[in-house]
Amino acid sequence: MSVVTVQLGQCGNQVGQELFDVISSDAQDGQRKTYSSVSRERFFRQTSQGGKKMRYNKNKAPRGFYYDCCYVGKVLKYFFFFLRVPDFEARAVLVDMEPKVINHSMNRAAKSGRWRYAEASHFSQKQGSGNNWANGFRVLGPRHRDAVEELVRREVEHCDVLAGFIPMMSVAGGTGSGVGTFVTQCLRDVYPSSFVLNHLTWPYGTGEVIVQNYNSVLTLAHLYQLSDALLVHENDAVHRICSQQLNLKQISFGDLNRVIAHQLAGVLQPALTPDSCGAYSGNPLGELVSALACHPEYKLLSACSIPQMASASIAFSTFSWPALLKHLRQMLIANTKMEEGIDWQVRPPPASAGRTSSLTAGGFNASLANLLILRGKDVYSAETGGFEDPAIYTSWLPPAEALSLWKSPVPFDKYEKSATLVSNSQALLRPLDDMVRKAWNMFASR
Amino acid sequence: MTQSVVVQVGQCGNQVGCRFWDLALREHAHVNKRGLYDEALSSFFRNVDLRKSDGGDCCVGGRIQHLKARAVLIDMEEGVVNGILQGPLREVFDSTQLLTDVSGSGNNWAVGHLTYGSAYREAIVNKLRKAAEHCDCLQCFFLIHSMGGGTGSGLGTRVLSLLEEEFPDVCRIVTAMYPSAEDDVITSPYNSVLAMRELTEHADCVLPVENQSLVDIVNKISVMSHGAKPGSVLRKDSTVTSGQGSLSPTEKPFDAMNNIVANLLLNITSSARFEGSLNMDLNEIAMNLVPFPRLHYLVPSLTPLYTLADVNIPTRRLRPSLPFVSWNQEGWKTGLCSVPPVGHSHSLLALANNTCVKPTFMELRDRFTKLYRKKAHLHHYLDVDGMEQSIFSESLSSLSELIDEYHQLDATKARLIPDAPRLSIAR
Repeated sequence: MSVVTVQLGQCGNQVGQELFDVISSDAQDGQRKTYSSVSRERFFRQTSQGGKKMRYNKNKAPRGFYYDCCYVGKVLKYFFFFLRVPDFEARAVLVDMEPKVINHSMNRAAKSGRWRYAEASHFSQKQGSGNNWANGFRVLGPRHRDAVEELVRREVEHCDVLAGFIPMMSVAGGTGSGVGTFVTQCLRDVYPSSFVLNHLTWPYGTGEVIVQNYNSVLTLAHLYQLSDALLVHENDAVHRICSQQLNLKQISFGDLNRVIAHQLAGVLQPALTPDSCGAYSGNPLGELVSALACHPEYKLLSACSIPQMASASIAFSTFSWPALLKHLRQMLIANTKMEEGIDWQVRPPPASAGRTSSLTAGGFNASLANLLILRGKDVYSAETGGFEDPAIYTSWLPPAEALSLWKSPVPFDKYEKSATLVSNSQALLRPLDDMVRKAWNMFASR
Repeated sequence: MTQSVVVQVGQCGNQVGCRFWDLALREHAHVNKRGLYDEALSSFFRNVDLRKSDGGDCCVGGRIQHLKARAVLIDMEEGVVNGILQGPLREVFDSTQLLTDVSGSGNNWAVGHLTYGSAYREAIVNKLRKAAEHCDCLQCFFLIHSMGGGTGSGLGTRVLSLLEEEFPDVCRIVTAMYPSAEDDVITSPYNSVLAMRELTEHADCVLPVENQSLVDIVNKISVMSHGAKPGSVLRKDSTVTSGQGSLSPTEKPFDAMNNIVANLLLNITSSARFEGSLNMDLNEIAMNLVPFPRLHYLVPSLTPLYTLADVNIPTRRLRPSLPFVSWNQEGWKTGLCSVPPVGHSHSLLALANNTCVKPTFMELRDRFTKLYRKKAHLHHYLDVDGMEQSIFSESLSSLSELIDEYHQLDATKARLIPDAPRLSIAR
């Protein structure tokens, strides 16, 4: 039940590094032992402790820690402090066509002191893909296929039981989108029976990259056939969360990445599922995909989580399950990603209206399937009836099948109570339509 | 990390190039505190250990021994290059990187392009090849030259087509200095138009810089620094306009203008050299900003040009006020780099593929036609071996076509183009 993450391109590598940061700090915060060990097993591997694995860490070394070995060691011990720290290496493969971002991510990881990337698990070239999907997919991907497959294979061999792959990438650039699509294709070929859940970051609607619409459309078209499910975060929505919910003034990409990492970790950290019979689930990706991607033509998933607030405010807030779940339900129906500015007027259409009428009337967001993950205190007493209302689902899937519920009694990332909702709904339709329209207009000019 | 080679041709090209190398050294000295030869330095310099017998290139990670610029300096008269070699930058250039002759091109594009172009073809190709071989992964050639003279425009454009022949995969970014209307070279319209055709056909992208604009900018800055309002403090250590703090004690007349161009080049490459949260490589410039192969003239603008003590971080307020073409309504490509230039806390460089170049080109065409109608000074060109009158007419028609293409785009500005029909999502 280990997950191998493949981080592709600048976005994938930056978000991936934040994700592992959140996961490792969550698992370490004096939580219950089972939760921590399941989480660690899922995302990290412990390197073996030999006589040579010593870290000089003058901030943490206690005086008088002696290392009983040869004479050199005895001499050294008089002059240096040695501390054996368990090395947690992320189960990740880092791929990029230029070296700056990977170096930066690996350094940041090592500086955290809690975890790091394995030395040999990255692949980079000198020159980027130039924001060119075709360059990434047709030229650079095949050229470096063997090297990347080798890295993935080595990571997979370290896993006792493989739960699946999470390729992380953006769709606007060249490497993430082009090389990422090619790598997903290779994963499918080489590991046909493993789950592949792609995490995608959609760019700001107004231009990070001019050809982003071309790159996005090409990527999504290919990934739809290759991937089991596509979990999407949009930069615009996350930006709004940062500015209105977290009250950040100068929002940097680092802030966006931390929010994305928080939501993603809320999905991926251990939870008790209906199928796992009282223990933490051993098949998180498989259960997620089977709960949500109920039809092969509907694979686009979006996530939202509650509460989201500046960490300074957490200590002063109280949370109750009814309030959290009520807000979350309305966030789902009204298609917003945050508690601020929810439109409470949006309601599911009354049952008397014909089911075949437009489900998007009145801004209402219909869902195919929802996965609700509750974490924290009193999680067993939370009332989730609001999510079982047939009015918010389509007619051809009964709510009992459409809603899946995962729980974990362990508080997540400093929130006493928190809930994450992954939904297969119409939420991504508007941004997708915009993307296709702009790509088409650009293509159809002259 | 990729490397770039700078090719400076002619008097203007070499003088601008000289400022560029000076600024680059200062910027890296500011950022690189430990004296290690890192990836950022290797994009423009190579580290040479002269004690080694094999020619001495050191790899990334060691201490800096001798920095040599990745550059080729070409001029058909010796004055400027000799001046560089006697100045403070002499250590940065190798004698193998220079190509000089004695007599100059006489402000004659044909002499530069055809006579010297053929005579020195082998030598130029060799030097370029040598510079390229020193690079691990060569991404881009920066060509700097003026359009009005003889060597810069003639030999410079010949070098451009040689680069296209020999290194077709490497991006060619040309910084071309366009003459102002009161230029002191009478034949500058001829030289410019003849060179324009080469640029349109062989360059990947061109950063046109007008001398007149540079003069205006420098004047405005000196007005600001002399007549500044009492509350605002001018930062004196800004490297944008002045070489104060640089190596040469006295400033030569065109130095301020050349500094601006040098800053432009530094800023373009900053995201490729230093890290940032949204990197932008040089090949992404052409990819994103050039919609059709001939329309590759990107107008640069740089801010701040003079630093007031409380400069604001520029935001995306430009967006609503700029008219974009219908098929690219949000045509922005953004790059963010964490390392600011020397003397500033922030800076913004904007490259615009904008129809505002059309008036410039139209003026150029007008000045050309004035001379050409009378066939004035034409015999100097036609006397050169290999030069024919058809080359003039072809260059003129190439320029006219370019102006037409920009005009088409301008004409669609106010009109609402309906979206092309496509399959709509079934609702």
